[in-house]
Amino acid sequence: MSNRDQKGNVLLDIKGLKIDGFSDEKWHEIIKGVDLTLRRGEVMGLIGESGAGKSTLGLAAMGYTQPGCRITAGEILFDGSDLAQLSESEKRGLWGNRMTYVAQSAAASFNPAHRLLDQTTASTIRAKIKPRAEAHSDAKTLYGALSLPDPDHIGDRYPHQVSGGQLQRVMTAMAMSPRPDLIVFDEPTTALDVTTQVEVLSSMRAIVEEFNTAAIYITHDLAVVAQMADVIKVLRYGEEVEEASTRVMLSDPKEAYTKSLWSVRALEKPAQKPSDTLMSLKGIDASYGTIKVLHQVTIEVPRGSTVAVVGESGSGKSTTARVITGLLPQLAGSIEFNGEALPKKLSERSKDQKRRIQMIYQMADTAMNPRQTVRDIIGRPLEFYLGMRGDKKEARIVELLEMIELDASFLARLPGELSGGQKQRICIARALAAEPEFVICDEVTSALDQIVQEGILKLLLRLQDELGLTYLFITHDISTVKAIADQVVVMNQGEVVEQGLKSDVFQPPHPDYTNLLLSSVPEMDPDWLTNLSRQRAETAS
Amino acid sequence: MKKPVQTYSAISESTNFHERRSLWHRIKLAARKSPYTARFGVVVIVLYVLVALFAPLLAPYGEAEVFPAAYEPWSSTYIFGTDQIGRDIFSRMIYGARNTVGIAVATTVLSFLIGGSLGLAAAIDRRWIDQILSRSVDVLMAIPSLIFALVLLSIFGSTVLNLIIIIAILDATRVFRLTRSVAINVVVMDYVEAARLRGEGISWIMRREILPNILPPLIAEFGLRFCFVFLTIAALSFLGVGIQPPTADWGSMVRENANLLQFAQYDLRSGLTPLLPAAAIALLTVAVNFVVDWFLHKTSGLRDEQ
Amino acid sequence: MHPVLGTVLQRLGLGLLTLIAVSIIIFTSIEMLPGDFGQVVLGQAATKDTVAAFRLELGLDKPPHLRYFDWIIGVFQGDLGTSFSGRAASGQDRSREVADLIGPRLQNTLFLGGITALISVPLALALGITTALYRNSIYDRSVNAATLTTISFPEFFVAYILILFLSSLTQWLPSLANVDSDTPLAERLHRIVLPVLTLTLVIIAHMMRMTRAAIINLLASPYIQMARLSGASQTEIIIKHALPNAWAPIATVIAFNLAYLVVGVVVVEVVFVYPGIGQLMVDAVTTRDIPVVQGCALIFAVTYILLNLIADVIGIITNPRLLHPK
Repeated sequence: MSNRDQKGNVLLDIKGLKIDGFSDEKWHEIIKGVDLTLRRGEVMGLIGESGAGKSTLGLAAMGYTQPGCRITAGEILFDGSDLAQLSESEKRGLWGNRMTYVAQSAAASFNPAHRLLDQTTASTIRAKIKPRAEAHSDAKTLYGALSLPDPDHIGDRYPHQVSGGQLQRVMTAMAMSPRPDLIVFDEPTTALDVTTQVEVLSSMRAIVEEFNTAAIYITHDLAVVAQMADVIKVLRYGEEVEEASTRVMLSDPKEAYTKSLWSVRALEKPAQKPSDTLMSLKGIDASYGTIKVLHQVTIEVPRGSTVAVVGESGSGKSTTARVITGLLPQLAGSIEFNGEALPKKLSERSKDQKRRIQMIYQMADTAMNPRQTVRDIIGRPLEFYLGMRGDKKEARIVELLEMIELDASFLARLPGELSGGQKQRICIARALAAEPEFVICDEVTSALDQIVQEGILKLLLRLQDELGLTYLFITHDISTVKAIADQVVVMNQGEVVEQGLKSDVFQPPHPDYTNLLLSSVPEMDPDWLTNLSRQRAETAS
Repeated sequence: MKKPVQTYSAISESTNFHERRSLWHRIKLAARKSPYTARFGVVVIVLYVLVALFAPLLAPYGEAEVFPAAYEPWSSTYIFGTDQIGRDIFSRMIYGARNTVGIAVATTVLSFLIGGSLGLAAAIDRRWIDQILSRSVDVLMAIPSLIFALVLLSIFGSTVLNLIIIIAILDATRVFRLTRSVAINVVVMDYVEAARLRGEGISWIMRREILPNILPPLIAEFGLRFCFVFLTIAALSFLGVGIQPPTADWGSMVRENANLLQFAQYDLRSGLTPLLPAAAIALLTVAVNFVVDWFLHKTSGLRDEQ
Repeated sequence: MHPVLGTVLQRLGLGLLTLIAVSIIIFTSIEMLPGDFGQVVLGQAATKDTVAAFRLELGLDKPPHLRYFDWIIGVFQGDLGTSFSGRAASGQDRSREVADLIGPRLQNTLFLGGITALISVPLALALGITTALYRNSIYDRSVNAATLTTISFPEFFVAYILILFLSSLTQWLPSLANVDSDTPLAERLHRIVLPVLTLTLVIIAHMMRMTRAAIINLLASPYIQMARLSGASQTEIIIKHALPNAWAPIATVIAFNLAYLVVGVVVVEVVFVYPGIGQLMVDAVTTRDIPVVQGCALIFAVTYILLNLIADVIGIITNPRLLHPK
């Protein structure tokens, strides 16, 4: 039953909204004059990169300004009243009653001292929408509608006793309990695994449709927004870029920026011819203390190619990287590098062996010493491994900077003065400075915006071409795998589930886990989720 | 497939870049924006340091010089009067700055050397060294400092050297805890792991990766520890088991002249005399606390609501 | 077994171990006395035989670990040894049992500390919570400035200022708090007004600041923002959302400050000449009466450890993750 075509009157009308944020001892404009119109029962997707102001706008739609922010102009008309002019107590009457909020991190947003059922129904009871008994039984019905296990009793639990995906759904039930006119979803599935995300998304969409609630869905993931929204609005640097209905936006975007967002997923590496093995892991077992985390892991990495290791959290991908670098010596099995056995402990390896294997980390913020300049960060490996000094070193640093598409003006900068993408590039340059053969990329694009991701991936591919590098690319994102891998290794719970050429792994038939993983990845087709849900329901029955 | 549109270039990504100012410029800027309490604190501290350094030049009489006039009221010859033996209180106050503050500084520096290096060691080697040190520190901290100091002083005697060593060791436990916790936060960072993977030695990692990143909280803690050490030594001296006469020391001066307080209703100024060294102690501690408070506020980047 | 019980027992065991370790340290300290202390205690005129008899009495001929066990067993039986004072070179022994000396003094100190705690804890909590709620208001800023100055003052300074204004100049209150076992309750309370006031001022300053910091930290949690966004009023947020999670940090603050009180009491007793265990210890240190010093130190340490233990246990039994395990 789709109510998407039955839209009602205008519920929310934001006109010329301007919001300032306080940082670095000054006020900066975060939202620079945005209009937003939302009708009853309509779902609007708000997308943009980090810093675009989506969260601020979403909260402003409820009339809420975070500490350190202030509204400087514009009006926020909710059903006729201007939220920007209302007092705190008047707004409080609306919150948890006619407008509700679903936060990004459910785990942090629940009070650890109260049961889930009490928290779910608290605002409903407070606003006197339903008496206690009725609110509780209604909450249990909502739990069931959201496909939570044991809906009658799950509410008796405490937040830490329930998993992340379940908590997100409980939070959705909490948002739905007072039957609000508007729900603001703030990146609700960003922190979840891909397979969990699918379940949560379909539950959320089902319930929003059932009660014909208006919603603002904030996300940076284009495929997700395609499933959830009727209308999509693109934000960039606090301003609106474009707005259109979903189908129109996906098939025919008008603005250049919007088009570039969409094209990101089109990258795909052509197949490569095979070559000799540079590194091979055979039968690796590893454990943290008494807990066994890797079971008989066997991976072959051909020279000059990219092997993508894909899996969800807890699959053992990062642990495999630690074994290769020698930080976690294996309990059993061997590693061969360049035809020689690699000592399992880092301290037993030669400087040259250490030099040839380099690692790039996921979070560039913590991968660089905040007190060292770019010159020091890139310069140290040159000094340490290659003994370079003085002018020669300086010239080589500039060369490396140009290789990563930056320039000499960055030499004196500190990491805090760089953007996310620039930071990651410096990390890449640091790895290149050692002139390695084998580079482990540990989720290097996962923390970046989509456009920036594309830039980094293209850079990595170009470098591989020019320098003959071999990559072990760890990721949980399937589209990244499609973009840059030659071979794919699928891992689940410390074991290798499948391994082979990209084309082979992505063709059916698949082992069960690979099937689950691949099918759970959202695609840019608005009907994808509907089709998948129907498919899975049919398989289950 | 359409050719992807070029809207992206790495160099032009928006960043937090602002012109980096020189250290001197930054100090001037900070000074202009500081609250009055912090400015007051800095002025007081500088004053005390100057008095301590130039004590022999500033004091009219010697530290232990005895005059045949005990308990003299305030006059033009003896600005704050004389004490129970006949020594000039004003001169002893000035020398007291040098002794009390000097001993406190030496003790704090020693405690930081001991506690800081052990804390770093515990943070880096998280297995044996950390366990042994942390357990020992837990036990040492289970006895209140003042009490423990009293026990040790009763055994070893109250010489200046014993005082410095005993208080330094007891205080080093707190410094150890703080250094360890702050250093652990840094040690788990990827850039430390990257340095390890490179094969950098322990001392390089400590010097270049860890130390620069733990300085701000350590500097603040130095100020706070100084206050604590200063007050503890003053208290011990006041109790008679700290700095011994004839060395001029503010804590013992309070005790020596305490009974003058009873005469306040007759001669207010004499009554105030025992409060002078105590006030001197209080003033320095307040000043340091104000400055540390402001420093913490600046470096933690806490945003108070407007 | 319920995890809470397990964790509490673990914590108690750890506390016991710490106590044992501390007792060993206090005991070992006497080992470090210079060899001729027997001579020092008894005086220059003492003969070799007298000194030897003295050493025999102290059991110094036995090996250290046996002496330690003797001492510990003695402690459990209430025997903390005999004081060094009162011993003459002639061998005449008018020394008193340490336990007899400490007993009444301990009572007095507990009385003083108890009254102080009764007044200061509720007051400090109230101030700490209200300043955290009305953060950055004039009220908060002035209380903050006042407490920042007070915690910087040495206790004797606060004590003497109070004496100056409330006793010397005005003669309202006595400046000496000498009580004994016969003093009636009303008179006692009158005599200890100034010491209690001094301690209260110092403790409140510390406790209030720590409470304020703990509450501010709590109020910054994401679930507090979430509660706001679901329409909860300020009162409801404090009482229903913040408070249940505040027990652990507040218990830690109180225990920490009561432990601080234990130490602060020493200076205050000396200033006001109050016959408590603090003054006893200071006198014993000055005369190097080691058994008394040991006994007092042991009692202080036990109190300190006990208070920290209680704080830890409160933190454990109010932790929802332990109360309701997966």
